Amino acid sequence: MTPKKQEKQTDKPVVVRIVSTAQEMYTTIHQQKQPQLKIPLRALSNVEYNETDGFFKLLPGVKLRTLTASTIRTFAQTLRMMGLSKQLVETEDIATKREAYYVSKNWGDARFLEQPESDTVMDDLEAMMGVNREQIGFIPEEKGGDVAGELVVIDVDTETNKELEIDCTKFGSGAYSVPSSCEHLRFKTKAKFILAIETSGMFERLNKHKYWKTANCILVSMGGVPTRACRRFIRMLADSQKIPVYVFTDGDPYGFGNIYRTLKVGSGNAAHINEFFCVPQARFLGVTPQDIVDYKLPTHPLKEIDVKKIKDMIKNDPFIIHYKSWQKALEQMTKMKVRAEQQALAKWGLNYVIDTYLPEKIANPKTWLP
Amino acid sequence: MTQQKTAEELAKKQREISIAEFFEKNRHLLGFDNPRKALLTAVKEGVDNALDACEEARILPEVNVEMIQLAENRFRVVMEDNGPGIIPKQVPKIFAKLLYGSKFHKLAQSRGQQGIGISAAVLYAQLTTGKPASITSKTGPDKKAYHCKLKINTQTNNPDILEEKETDWEGKNHGTRIEIDMEGTYIKGRQSVDEYLKETAIVNPHVTIIYTTPEAQQIIFPRVTETLPTEAKEIQPHPYGVELGRLMKMLETTETKTLQQFLTTEFCRVGASAAKEICENASLLPTAKPHNITRDMTEQLMNGIQKTKIMAPPTDCISPITAELLERGLRKEINAEFYCSASRPPAVYRGNPFIIEVALAYGGEQEADSAVRIMRFANRVPLLYQQGACAITSAIQNTAWRSYGLNQSAGSLPVGPCTIVVHMSSVWVPFTSESKEALAHYPEITKEIKLALQDAGRKLASFISKKRRIGDEAKKRSYIEKYIPHVAEAITEIASLTVQQKQEMEQNLRTILEKTRGELEDISIDNPDYDPELAKIGQEEETEEEIPPEEETKTRRKAKEEKKTAGGDDDDDDKDDDHDEEEHDGQTRLM
Repeated sequence: MTPKKQEKQTDKPVVVRIVSTAQEMYTTIHQQKQPQLKIPLRALSNVEYNETDGFFKLLPGVKLRTLTASTIRTFAQTLRMMGLSKQLVETEDIATKREAYYVSKNWGDARFLEQPESDTVMDDLEAMMGVNREQIGFIPEEKGGDVAGELVVIDVDTETNKELEIDCTKFGSGAYSVPSSCEHLRFKTKAKFILAIETSGMFERLNKHKYWKTANCILVSMGGVPTRACRRFIRMLADSQKIPVYVFTDGDPYGFGNIYRTLKVGSGNAAHINEFFCVPQARFLGVTPQDIVDYKLPTHPLKEIDVKKIKDMIKNDPFIIHYKSWQKALEQMTKMKVRAEQQALAKWGLNYVIDTYLPEKIANPKTWLP
Repeated sequence: MTQQKTAEELAKKQREISIAEFFEKNRHLLGFDNPRKALLTAVKEGVDNALDACEEARILPEVNVEMIQLAENRFRVVMEDNGPGIIPKQVPKIFAKLLYGSKFHKLAQSRGQQGIGISAAVLYAQLTTGKPASITSKTGPDKKAYHCKLKINTQTNNPDILEEKETDWEGKNHGTRIEIDMEGTYIKGRQSVDEYLKETAIVNPHVTIIYTTPEAQQIIFPRVTETLPTEAKEIQPHPYGVELGRLMKMLETTETKTLQQFLTTEFCRVGASAAKEICENASLLPTAKPHNITRDMTEQLMNGIQKTKIMAPPTDCISPITAELLERGLRKEINAEFYCSASRPPAVYRGNPFIIEVALAYGGEQEADSAVRIMRFANRVPLLYQQGACAITSAIQNTAWRSYGLNQSAGSLPVGPCTIVVHMSSVWVPFTSESKEALAHYPEITKEIKLALQDAGRKLASFISKKRRIGDEAKKRSYIEKYIPHVAEAITEIASLTVQQKQEMEQNLRTILEKTRGELEDISIDNPDYDPELAKIGQEEETEEEIPPEEETKTRRKAKEEKKTAGGDDDDDDKDDDHDEEEHDGQTRLM
């Protein structure tokens, strides 16, 4: 079942669920009992990982939000948000996170003071309904990422409803931008692999020198931690075209634990939708701690916070816990006490990354991390 | 050119100054610096004496104070007690000789110390109005009362008896009454006679005071306990506290035969072995005759004392108010949310034992944004002036009140709805001046005060945090009220409920949430002891704050002008009175 189908068929079910939640609550209150909201616990501690599924799977842990004096505000806000969602879905309208935040300004004392407040409530609601936020009428504002290479994206013209073929080789020094929702896209490509890149700087270098042509691949710039749309785009592309995904980030705990891990198996925070927003086939190309040694890269010392993050990952991240090789790599980094950026390869010449590093790495899967 | 003068010429102007003359010129040393303070000081000296006398005789004191306004700046002050009375022979000296009294030479807790107070009031009255003091005293039910009119001869510091007779004092078993006419200004507020008498009543729960104000309003402060404070025991001086001059004097006047005997009988905590050790440390013979000890040898003796380890003085000679009574007194005066008190065990400074007691009242009707109110007491006497110069004030300033929940900027008085009462009782209270308004800064005393304040402060802190918790709870409750309609409305909207269902839901939500909260503990003023009438006294028109130095000179000048006018009145009065013109002239010149 793909989200696309779900979206069309379950428009109503979401409404039904919202209404039944409210009705249950009414009954509970009528019996003079404290109403509760059951929200799946969205945290790394409440996910599990196994290779077969390939993504962080939500465990049954829930947080119960019982109506008390200290929860009544969030309680009111969650209910208000449910009301807004119901209205959006019924009228087939959408609201961005920011818009939802502004809508709340009509709620008097229950309004949100800062957007992070409303984002959290929205995430809670999303998890409660067990769907992604597009299905409850909210859309993200985040950019999906940039794409360049041997790829034709088939989209629909919003005016004419006719198919639109977008050739991702024809953006010159620019790139195709992934839309916030990409369920309706289809692809045509002969590329051999997808290269997901952390920084737009590295993406630009590879794009400028048409590395996608040399290596016959598709370049995707994630710009830090990949957005849901970016993850979904890569997943759909890789699934439909049956091509591998290689990931190229900085050699630091953030690159490993936040960017790569989120792309591959999803996050703890959005665990209820990881099934669709993950790329289980992704492999980590570099920069690995061993690359720092092998390519004699210039480094920066690890900060205290980096060391802490590594320790935390080894101890608490189900993904890292699953893979011995990742633990070893992280321990190696702790011992080396250094990290290296993608751009550090420029030490050996600006195009060393194109001419030497990437070809060598792609040719040698033993140097990858799972 | 100025001519040189010979020593002989100068010698013509050199003569003895009597103590009375000295204080005539330095009246501020005795608390008579301005007309407003003069009335207070006179009443204070009279009341102090009356209470001391009653307590010494183990009589429950009842003191009558009356002020009658004779002219704009002239008052008749009448004070009467039910004390043991004074035998006729002593009356003139007690009331009209400075530095005459029973308390200076003994170490026992009492209000008066020097034997200056009441005679200074008589002197001041005489200086400002030229009138004698009128005294009546009766020592027993079947005895005649003695009555006299007295002045102080300022040259000789001896009483001049202008009139004396035996009279009947109907309805009085025993007691003393003094009437003086003096210049003064009657004020209200924190430094008024009203406030002084009130505070006296607060810390002397065994005393009844009947007070008639110049406005002819009668205020009665009835006693709240029939129990006299434990009798203040007299102790001998402790060797550590004695000074060279005093030691020399003691050696001169002692009746003892040997130095060892002198040490063991004239001092406390010195036994035979300690005396021998002192003598050894001083390189003096224990058998030396005290009268033969020279100045140098006395100094040796002083050093010997310092080198010898001597037990601290006995402390049972002190009769504190007790923390409980202090707190109860505070309850009458201030309607607060919280009261607490703390007493320190006896401590010693310079060989004098003392006890510090502290009480606090927090919250309620007290001002929250200004510095705390301080009430200072020494041997049950309220101290109303010179707060800034007092060791109590600096101890309060140097206590870290922030950790106890009050605001405070470094080194200044804490800010908050709080009153701090500090009482020091000692066989000898060290005042900064003879007017007895501020405690001297002995490190031992400051330390004890701070320890007592910290003790009380900790109790205060736990109350304030409890109050804060309850405040938070109340906030949470108002929070509930605020959000219930939103919960109800959202559910109504989503589940398409009726208005009636919505209202019913709001009601149910209220019930549910109240069930989970439990009873709210109420912090409010619950003080059956509070006496609003009493509290009002001394609070009217707070115009009489201590005068800042730059304004003081101005006020003094003004006061001088006032005095001049008053002096003019004197002249008119004196024509009617059969007064000694000469002496009166002398006074006007002095002014």
